[in-house]
Order: sequence, then structure tokens, then C-alpha cells
Amino acid sequence: MNNGSEMRRIVTAWVIVSVIGDLLWWFLVGPHIPPGNMTTSAHWNQFDFNILAVTALPVVFMVWIWMGYALVKWRDKPGVPDPVGGEAAKASRKVQASWITITSIVVISAAIYGTVALIGDHGSGGGEGPNPVWAPVGAVAANTAAIEGKATWSPASSQPLVVQVIAQQWKFSYRYPAFGGMETNRLILPVKTNIVFDVTSLDVIHDFWAYQLSVKADANPGINNVAFANTQQTGQFMVRCDELCGIWHGAMYNSGRVLSKTAFMAWATKTEAQNSQNTKYLPPFAWTYTPDANGASGGLYPDGNVTPYSPYDTYGAKQPAS
Amino acid sequence: MSQHLGTAIVLGFLGYILGHWWGNHLAGSYTYIANNGQNGVADFLGLALMVLGWLLGIGALNYPIMKLFGREAHEEPPAPGLSRYFRFTLDHKVVGMQYVVGVLLFLFTGGLLAMAIRTELLNPTVHIFNPGTYIEIVSEHGTIMMMMATSIIVGPLGNYLVPLMIGSRRMAFPRIEAFSFWIFTAGYMVIFSALFYGGFPTGWTGYAPLQTQAGPGMISYLFGFAVIGIGMISAGFNIAVTIVNYRAPGMTWSRVPMFVWSILATASLLTLATPVLFTAGLFGLLDHLVLTSFYVNEHGGSSYLWENLFWFFGHPEVYIMALPGFGIVAEIVPVFTRKPLFAYKVAAAGMMGVALLSFFVWQHHLFQSGINPDMRPLFMLTTELISIPTGFIYLVGMGSLYKGKMRLEIPMLFSLALYFNFLIGGITGVFLSDVPVNVTVHGSFFVLSHFHYTIMGGLLFAFMAGLYFWLPKMTGRMMNKKLGLWHFWTMFVFFNLTFFPMFIIGLLGQPRRVFEYAHNLQGLNDFSSISAFCLGASFLLFFWNLVYSMIINPQKAPANPWESLGLEWQTANPVPLYNFERIPVIVTEPYRYSEPGAPAYADFGGGGAGTGAPAVDSSVQE
Repeated sequence: MNNGSEMRRIVTAWVIVSVIGDLLWWFLVGPHIPPGNMTTSAHWNQFDFNILAVTALPVVFMVWIWMGYALVKWRDKPGVPDPVGGEAAKASRKVQASWITITSIVVISAAIYGTVALIGDHGSGGGEGPNPVWAPVGAVAANTAAIEGKATWSPASSQPLVVQVIAQQWKFSYRYPAFGGMETNRLILPVKTNIVFDVTSLDVIHDFWAYQLSVKADANPGINNVAFANTQQTGQFMVRCDELCGIWHGAMYNSGRVLSKTAFMAWATKTEAQNSQNTKYLPPFAWTYTPDANGASGGLYPDGNVTPYSPYDTYGAKQPAS
Repeated sequence: MSQHLGTAIVLGFLGYILGHWWGNHLAGSYTYIANNGQNGVADFLGLALMVLGWLLGIGALNYPIMKLFGREAHEEPPAPGLSRYFRFTLDHKVVGMQYVVGVLLFLFTGGLLAMAIRTELLNPTVHIFNPGTYIEIVSEHGTIMMMMATSIIVGPLGNYLVPLMIGSRRMAFPRIEAFSFWIFTAGYMVIFSALFYGGFPTGWTGYAPLQTQAGPGMISYLFGFAVIGIGMISAGFNIAVTIVNYRAPGMTWSRVPMFVWSILATASLLTLATPVLFTAGLFGLLDHLVLTSFYVNEHGGSSYLWENLFWFFGHPEVYIMALPGFGIVAEIVPVFTRKPLFAYKVAAAGMMGVALLSFFVWQHHLFQSGINPDMRPLFMLTTELISIPTGFIYLVGMGSLYKGKMRLEIPMLFSLALYFNFLIGGITGVFLSDVPVNVTVHGSFFVLSHFHYTIMGGLLFAFMAGLYFWLPKMTGRMMNKKLGLWHFWTMFVFFNLTFFPMFIIGLLGQPRRVFEYAHNLQGLNDFSSISAFCLGASFLLFFWNLVYSMIINPQKAPANPWESLGLEWQTANPVPLYNFERIPVIVTEPYRYSEPGAPAYADFGGGGAGTGAPAVDSSVQE
């Protein structure tokens, strides 16, 4: 068999397998790829994953088909002469140049696409630090209002809802500055609303991962890490800590729910009233909180007047009061 | 006094006792560590003097101490027989064999811990271990495996083969080379000692402030990294200098074997990246022991400092692990396809390109951390760019298969498996580099599977390829082929069955390092765990093959069982103390397989390897 027909055979097989593989992925697998469609960024996450998948599959098939062909055809069998000289021994410059050019184009295209997607809201669920470069309309104003104690939200308005996520060993709690700064253990959100998450920690680094919302932001002590979500569907979602934070990291999870705007408003008003006796003891809403020496961080560094200065043992388990 | 492993153990033990006593004496009332009654200073000094005692006991410090006092060091003649493997020795071949045993011990320990992890994950809510023990196991597994992986090829095969492959009689700095091994073993003990101090809860990444909060096991982690870091810097420095300066006459850069190129790239990374790890560890120790606040936000430090320093080392570290694997397969594939290596220059450029770019990608580990978001497109770009030189390795491999005459011996099977596994690991890396997709997959089992595919699927398969390929040279004995085939197929199949489901588990929302997970993921986790146990059994097959082929039923290896043209196969068997009786002159490119009339790679001055009159007295030697 001459070189041309051998290459034609390989390329034909590759094109067929790639087309079939990509179509199967896009129509059968792709729609089921997490995190789903609960927020716009979740939808775009899924879309981007599938774009990368249909780009990657032909690359994978190319190598597999080549290796498979080599295993069958280019093996040491009785009567097969050594691959002496000729085409087989040469490292064609054309092939090398083509490979480098094509891989460079694919890779740089992926980077350009990723950047464009990032400028859009595809990655808006990722923690962007205290000064996000991408923010939905009104998000900065809503956050400013929150810190000034002027946050409001109503079902009729289109303004974003600010929710603060406070992580500590080993639980998440959530503050709603638009509802008197109340703090809850469960994350409840309204649908069809831009949400601004201000994520911080009281002790070590955690990571707030609201899986179906496609939100993931490290909770750093002393730092406000901002992430966004635009809720599109009602339903339940899972929250997990995604950064190792000590022995009970594996148990640091709970769930949340996206409700209709009116149901959310009803829940929020009711909870604000129920919690009011507790809320008044909370510190004023702030981007970050620094616990005192007996606080949640375990008082790593003593303030000079507390001995023993930590009520926590090595890994933070509460010790009996002495 | 004769110095050997026994004296090292005794002095190491005495050093620990002395250091601990000294620490208590210095800071007796200083029960700093999270109020648990432990004296961190005593723990640290115990470990530090243990390392010092270990090095003194083995004789690693004789030479510098004697020089310090202006006296000539007494050099013991090379010990005969097996005893030389238990001593500080200047023969790179002995050091290579010592590393083989050392890294296999590391691998075995880390592997056992992996089995424990998979046992815990058999059930989402019923637990075998308590959470503290589980985190200790996870952290120790990660740290031991990562430290093992930095040395698993450079240590055994790099030290043994590089001088043979470049036609040198020795390493540039044999004492530094031997020192690198013995401090590597000391580092292993220090990291392992964490288990006796209650472990450390941070995983191998050791993030602060959890690091600062942690108990005395953290000291073992931080100090262990620093100790192994010294070993890595020493090993890298010595090997890089050797390759640059000790090549045989005629070995121009276009004639250097590809494995040597990969080791040169790796050695450069070891030398340039590891000091950052050392410094990061030192800062952590100071935070722990003398209450500095490098990583404490409330006191002017920054937890981002650790994250950046750690990953500034940590990502080149990934390529410290990958590049030698690429080098091994590039070396092995031409032997078994009987063809020249396809696109030699592209392969070398790929190795060096990956090494260079690896310094500019580290922040992709921190996309969700809250770093300056303006930096994310840059690090997405650099991370994706590194696929280009990595892709060269595939061009070279596929080109070398083209119309070859493939001999499916065990080293070749492992090499092909690397191409299969690393492809999956590499491609999924592109998903991780994409910031929007990273939001979903970061920190999940997806990333866990990704790096196991690159490190275990790449590096470990390459290491096995290298062992099956070169052990006949190193030991004069052939590995049993039938057992080898069983080992290969079980390892390949169960590796993929263990780790591929983890991509799905991660996509379905399971974070790393958890002991509780969603009930609907139990089926996949159990499948993965059972496959992992079978994967563990395949390693037992390997160990059995090793014992069977080397000790129980040794079969003498032919001088060149694979008909390789490599220089290492041209010298006598067993390899003489100084490798080559005559320094070879390299006369042509490597890998000129199946080319009638092509000159031999090296000229030994008539009569063949290591015999006959010297062709030339190399000026670069000694």
C-alpha cells in the first residue's frame, strides 16, 4: 500500500469518527453536562465545556486512530522489512511546520474564546476578588448601598440582591443586607435576579461552591471575594466547601433554594422578623470580619490578656470551658 | 570509623533526642502550638538535629568539615559488594540504585495510603476512619507521592544513566549527588514523622492560615519540604552541570540523547523552582515557631503569599514530574520501532519550551481565589500556550510510529500507554485552564483525575517503561516477560478504570479531600475504589516480578537485549567503576536505526566498547 492511500485511509477514519463523536457529544451528552441551566453563567459554563469537548474529541481521536493503525499495520511481523530510509525515516519539515501551525492556531483560538467568554458573563460565578472586572448592571451600586446600610430589594425592582457568604470552620452562613442584615444558615434566593455574593471567611480559607448556580469563590479571611449569578430557574442547589479547611471539611455542606420572587420576599420578610432578636447582636454589615482572640478564628495570635487564648484544640474542636 | 546506614540511624536517633531536649531547654514553657501542650521548638530542633545526625552518620559531611578545618578528607575506597549500597558513595551508578530502592519505598508508602483513602470512600456516610485520621492520610498521601514523583526518574535513572549516555566517567559533583540522595531519605523520614505528631490537615498544598493553625505535624511538612528541597536543588544542580560540561567529545547539542535533554530541562527546573519552595517552607516554620506573620492576614502578612510561592514552585514541579517521562518514551520508542526519532529538534525544543513556560502559569491554580481578575486572561493564555510544546511530544511519538516496525516489548507497551494516558490528562488540562469552565471543575474530583492522569498515567508509566528497559543494564538481569505482561495489562486497565470515573464524579459535584459525598455518587466511587484495589494488586505483581527476576530466579541479561544504539548499552556489562575504559567520541546523530551504512553512534577507538586504544583523551573529563 502506498503512502498516499494509507494516509487517506487514516484521515477518512478520523474524519468519520470525529464527526460522529462530536455530533453524539453535542446532542446526546452535552445537554446533560453540569452544572445545568439554573443560572446564566451555569448555562454558559455548560456551553463552554461542550465547545471545548467538541474541539478536544477530534484531537483525541486523531491520536487514538493513529496509534491503533500503528498497532495493527506498523508492527514487527514476519516478512516485514525494516523501515529503511525513504519517507518513513524522514522527519518531513512540512509535517512539522503544519503540526506547529495547527496546534498553535487551535490553542490560541481557545485562549481568545476563553477571554471573550470571560469578558461576557460566562465566568461571572468565579470569585473575582474585591474589585471585579465584570459586574452585572447595578451590582456595584447595590454593593455600595449594602455597605452604607441602605440596601433594599423588592420583587418589582430589577436591582441585584446582595448576599454575603460567611464561611467558618465548618459551616456557611449568609447575611442579607437588604433585609436588616439578617443572618441565616440556608441560602435562599429569588429567581430571575442578579445576585451579588460577597464571600469572606472568619478563620481559614474555604471555598463557597454553589454547584448548580455555577458559583465558586474562595472565602479568605479578611478579604471580600465577589462573585455573581443570574438565577433563571427555581429549585434546590447544593453548597459545598471546595477548599480543604480542616478535619470537618468533608462535612461542610448544605443546600439552598431558588424561589419565585414573591415566595422569596415572603420568606425574607418573615425570617427578618423572626431573627430580629438575634440580628441586633450581630456586628454591622461589613466586607470582612476580624474575630477577637476568643472568636471563630481560634485566636491564633493572642492579644496579650487571654490565657489560654484559644478555646479550640489543634484542629478547632471546641474544648470544655475552663 | 566506618560510616554506613547503621551509624546514620544511630546518630539520627541521638540527634533527635538531643534536639528535642535542647528545644525544651530553650523554650520549656513555650507551648505555642494551638495550645495543645506541644513545644514546637523542641519538635523542630529534634527533627533538624535528626537530619544532621543522619547526614553525619552516613558520612555526607566528612568532606566539607575536613575542608573547613583545612585538612584533606580521608576518602574510603569504594566498598565491595552489597555493602556499598548502604553507604555514602561517589559512584553515580550506586546512587542510582539507591534511589531505585528509595523511590520504591516512597511509592509503596504513598500507595498504601491511597488504598486507605479509597477504602474510606467506599461509602458516602459510613466511615472507616475518623475525619482527623482521614485528613492525615489524604495529606500524607499527597505529600509523599509528590515528593516521590519529583525524584522517581531523575533520581534513579537520571543519576544512573546520564553519565553513561553522555559518555562521561562521572558526575560533575559526585559528593553533591550522593548528598542529594541521603538528604532525600532524611526528608522522607521527616515528612513521614508527621504521622507520629498527629498529621497535618492541609493536604499537600499546605494552605495558610490552616497551616498556621495546624498542630506539630505541620512542622514535619514544612521542614520536610525544606529538607527534600535541598536534595532537589543539589540533584538538579549537579545533573545540569554534568550535562553541560561533561559530554563526550563530539556530543554536540544535536547529538544529545532525548532522555538527557529531558533531564537537563528537569534539572534546570529543579534548580530554579525549588528555592522558592524552600523559602516558602522557611517562612511557614518561622510563623509556627517564632510567631512571625508572613502568612497571617491580620498581622500584615498574606495567605496569598503562600499560595503564590507554593504554586510558583508547584507548577514547574508538575513539569519536573512530566518531562523525564517524555524523555524516556522518546528514548524508547525509536528502539522498538527501529526508526530514527521523528523531529529530534522539535522534541528538544518541546522539552525546553515546556520548562520555560512552566514558570508563567502558576496562577491558574488561583482563578477563584480572589486574585486580581485582570490577571486571569494572561494565565489562561500562558497555560493554554504550554499545550503547544507539550504537543510536540505527540508529534514526535506519532511520527516515530509511522511505518515503523513496532516490537511490542514491555517497555514499548508502557510507552504507548503513556501516550494514551497523558493525552487524556493533557486535554482535560485545557478544560481546567479555561476560566469559565474552571468555575465548575476547579477543586473537584475532575482536577484530581486530571493530575493523576498526567503524573501517574504519564510519569509512573514512563518510570515502569524505563525500569523494564534499563534494569537489564543496571542489574545484568532480565525482568520476567510473562509477569511483566500481567503487570502492564493490569496496571493499564485498572489505572483507567480507577481514574476515568473520577472525571464524572468531579463533574457531578464531588469536591476533593472529602470523606462524605452525595449518595448518588456511591456507585461510581465504589467502582473507582474496587478498581484502585486491583491497581494496587498490579503493583504487587510488579514487586513480585522484581523479587522473582532479580533474586529468586535471575536470568542473565544479554549485553544489549533491545538492540539499542544508545551509548549506555555500548559499554561493558557490568559497567566498570569509571564507566568507559576509553572515552567515546560521538560521531553522528543518535537513533539511526535501520539505516544501512550509517556509522556507529560512538567511536570507542577500535575494538568496541570500552576496549582498545583511546580515541582521544577528553579535555572535558575530570
